[in-house]
Amino acid sequence: MRTTVVVIGAGQAGLAMSWWLAERSIDHVVLERGEVANTWRSERWDSLTLLTPNWQSRLPGQGYEGDDPDGFRTMTETVEFIERYATLVAPPLRTHCPVVSVRRAGDGYQVATQQGTWQCRAVVLAAGAFNMAQVPALSAEIPPDIAQLTTARYRNPESLEPGGVMVVGAAASGAQIAEEIQRSGRPVTLAVGEHVRAPRMYRGRDVQWWMDATGLNDERYDQVENLRRARALSSFQIAGHVDRRNIDLNALTALGVALVGRLAAVREGKVQFSGSLRNLCELADLKQNRLLNTFDEWAAAHGVGDEVDPPHRPEPTRVVASPPLGLDLRRAGIRTIVWATGFRPDYSWLDIAVLDPKGNIRHDGGVVTEAPGLYVMGLPFLRRRKSSLIDGVGDDARDLSAHLASHLG
Amino acid sequence: MATTQPDKPVDNGVNVEALFGAQAALAATPEAARFKWRSTVEWINGTHSRSTIEGFYGLGAEQKHKKPFTFEADHPEIFAAQDAAATPVEIVLAGLASCLTAGVAAVAQARKIQLRSVSATLEAGMDIRGILGVDEDVRNGFDGIKVTYKIDADASPADIKAIVAQSQKRSAVYDIITNPTNVTVEVA
Repeated sequence: MRTTVVVIGAGQAGLAMSWWLAERSIDHVVLERGEVANTWRSERWDSLTLLTPNWQSRLPGQGYEGDDPDGFRTMTETVEFIERYATLVAPPLRTHCPVVSVRRAGDGYQVATQQGTWQCRAVVLAAGAFNMAQVPALSAEIPPDIAQLTTARYRNPESLEPGGVMVVGAAASGAQIAEEIQRSGRPVTLAVGEHVRAPRMYRGRDVQWWMDATGLNDERYDQVENLRRARALSSFQIAGHVDRRNIDLNALTALGVALVGRLAAVREGKVQFSGSLRNLCELADLKQNRLLNTFDEWAAAHGVGDEVDPPHRPEPTRVVASPPLGLDLRRAGIRTIVWATGFRPDYSWLDIAVLDPKGNIRHDGGVVTEAPGLYVMGLPFLRRRKSSLIDGVGDDARDLSAHLASHLG
Repeated sequence: MATTQPDKPVDNGVNVEALFGAQAALAATPEAARFKWRSTVEWINGTHSRSTIEGFYGLGAEQKHKKPFTFEADHPEIFAAQDAAATPVEIVLAGLASCLTAGVAAVAQARKIQLRSVSATLEAGMDIRGILGVDEDVRNGFDGIKVTYKIDADASPADIKAIVAQSQKRSAVYDIITNPTNVTVEVA
């Protein structure tokens, strides 16, 4: 089969790209391994909501129309939202069509799938950044009688064995899961590495209102000071709860969650934690305050200081005097470990040498310069700080489709 | 009175351009980044010994300090020793202090902050029932280390705190002390 552009993935990124390709009258097909919004549908825990408010899922051709702009969509609502967008975009779509390989062919590409092979001039990889849960190698040394699962497999506290739980990782996922497991009566030990602390609400407005209004979400990849670091940062340590409560480390401590340092090693059934917890919390507190300073300076400069509540600074993270440096998992009654240690994209089907030694795709703002006509979307800070948000894929799709159109000539 | 001189370039004696250059070069050639640090030790008498440090390996080749450096260690008289030199655990504190302080200078330079003075005091607690074998539940090593910096610089207290925090994040000795390391000791 022949087409001009193959878009791989029918989530928000692939659909936004399809909208722009149609706008530019570029012939294309969207290939989806499962259903529209597949990852949202199948690989998330029950209570998860979007971390961005409802108003902030603006997609090309579709704004927010409901009566709860400040609410947070559940996964079911998110799937419905993206399905509705798919109806609007009405892309040339093949579902249940996993891609087997993408390789160069002439001055274009050949995309082999379980439903046949396409020849095309350009390929857009929009399969997402969250394909495979990342688990550290030391998980292999955890005693076999202790259950292990990732955030992709975790569903709810009730499906875990009774007893203690160690959650590894304190970004948004780890902090949210630690909170609900602790509330279920299973005592949680949370291993805390580098994390990005942020309040859900600041001066009476949602943190994402500030990120949007100040222009921080629109900051471009070629303007940010340290792009490599910006792309590696974990998500804000926040949740999309109806009561907009914080889930920072102080909130978790108040619930009884035990904070320990980064998981450093496993020796004879005992886990060892880094002694760096205090410094990582100090770094996160300092960074949070710099962010809030930026908000305050913007508010003062734009004369909105009177429309919002007065500034305040959250209490510094409380760390006990001597956090434990080790734990005998069995003696401590830990029955389950939840790995909230991030995700990585799956490029196993990409037969083009554009990956760096760590398996990440080399690109310049989504343009894979080593393979003209190859594009990638949906990665953290791809072109803008908001690139990995639903709200960010529209601008990226506009820019990349323009580049793609000029590539086609 | 403020002593900031906007025309005078920040100089903490750290060549950050060279460090950033190395960062970029080593991203492309990770094998050159593999270093081996070495030390030898000779027993003198009792708890007194002398370590010598001269060669190391890095950037794909054997390297040498400008001259050999020696460090003696002993134990104090209350340990029934001669007190010919500092104790090994104190030298560990010195290593941590020097590593963090080098980091403070480098981070300040990278952030264009002029340092005027940097000093720190370090204190580590230890229950010696561990090393004496009195109580198996007591560890041999420190039960904690407290480092207190005094820094005079052209920067806000929050910026100074951030320099010290970043220095810990990038410090080798801080990492060696806060995280476990496999140690293999053999008799040749």
